[in-house]
Amino acid sequence: MLTRRIIACLDVDGGRVVKGTRFVDLRDAGDPAELAGAHARAGADEIVFLDIAATHQARGILIETVRRTARELFIPLTVGGGIRTLDDAGAVFEAGCDKVSINSAAVKDPTLITQIAERFGSQAAIVAIDAKRMEEPIEGEHWRVYVAGGRIPTERCVLAWAREAEARGAGEILLTSMDRDGTGSGFDCELTAAVAEAVSIPVIASGGAGTVEHFLDVFRQGKADAALAASIFHFGIHDIGELKQRIAAGGVPMRWPC
Amino acid sequence: MISIVNYQASNLRSVKKALDYLGLEAEVTMDPEAVRRADKVLLPGVGHFAATGRMDCTGLRAAIAEAVARGAPFLGICVGLQWIFAASEEAPQVPGLGLFPGVCRRFPAGAKVPHVGWNSLEIAAPSRLLAGVEAGTFVYFTHSYRAPVCAHTVATTEYEGAFTAAVERDNVFGVQFHPEKSGEVGLTILRNFGALPC
Repeated sequence: MLTRRIIACLDVDGGRVVKGTRFVDLRDAGDPAELAGAHARAGADEIVFLDIAATHQARGILIETVRRTARELFIPLTVGGGIRTLDDAGAVFEAGCDKVSINSAAVKDPTLITQIAERFGSQAAIVAIDAKRMEEPIEGEHWRVYVAGGRIPTERCVLAWAREAEARGAGEILLTSMDRDGTGSGFDCELTAAVAEAVSIPVIASGGAGTVEHFLDVFRQGKADAALAASIFHFGIHDIGELKQRIAAGGVPMRWPC
Repeated sequence: MISIVNYQASNLRSVKKALDYLGLEAEVTMDPEAVRRADKVLLPGVGHFAATGRMDCTGLRAAIAEAVARGAPFLGICVGLQWIFAASEEAPQVPGLGLFPGVCRRFPAGAKVPHVGWNSLEIAAPSRLLAGVEAGTFVYFTHSYRAPVCAHTVATTEYEGAFTAAVERDNVFGVQFHPEKSGEVGLTILRNFGALPC
């Protein structure tokens, strides 16, 4: 049976993980390579590096970080943040990542999705969508697409954009609820289900995880194929293994033991 | 030396680094001569079946066929597995190597496609490639087309029906999943391939 996935996201800046680390027994708890490996051993199904670097110099360090991480990581690795061109994508693939996640650049130039899909395959092209509920629905749509790390609203509505991303070759949608992100009050199941029903590609839910029940809700009501969490050890549980066992006990198929 | 066939389509790096990690000597090559004389041949693949057509005109197809015919162990991964069947709906004009019967078809309409994530293996027959891999073990898939179950299928996976997850006959092996992305169990499978006598 195809399992639902638990994806660990690490915010990386200049070769360092900048938040959400509670591993013990690591030589360097801020080292992305070491943390990625620790998450994999603990049972994460995939790893995402979100590059939050603001400088060009830090970007170069990211490539080296990906290379070093990929050498000993044998589960899928995605890199997102700051990928604006096919060349940017090519550089992180060359360093050993398996998928890229593109957000603002895809909104600015949707052909980038197709370029990446044609060159590296749809399975390697994730379109990330930052969604925020609108005060009034527009043509049946309730959520607006934001870019630039959620700072800038666009003219696009979420369901239409998700469908367009699929049509242009995206292999997965990484959907972040800006309304829930950082709140710990649960994933936005209504948003996630709406997108999951609008497209036939997998949807990764992000934003709002606080408890095991939140994961169960987003898999059951939200129809998410995967759930992503940045600080996966802040749920009052000890490790990903325990999280997965409790989700599985709730009737959602998980890869466990790994 | 394992020849990893480069047909300029897919990300070969992850397979190469997995073999490096296991200490298995491997080279990525586009040279038909190197493939022809390789101890073992590995055909990775992510992407479109049509890309395998490039091997027809570069001599790689013939070189792989020769290596297989003289008994060199061959492992096809993902599209590399699909290619050793007769053909794929994804690119009907491009013939597969036809070592196994049947046509690879797209998952049915209405299914979430691609089939992405960790799914379990049902063991259909004893296998050298899957030695030490238990029934129910999870491996990582990402694909939109699938190979039919045939007489030489050694493991199946269920997603909108059963398909061939692993196939094996004599020196020819194929897996639809990505062993290089399937954690410890994937490394076990690649180690098994590396341990096969040449």
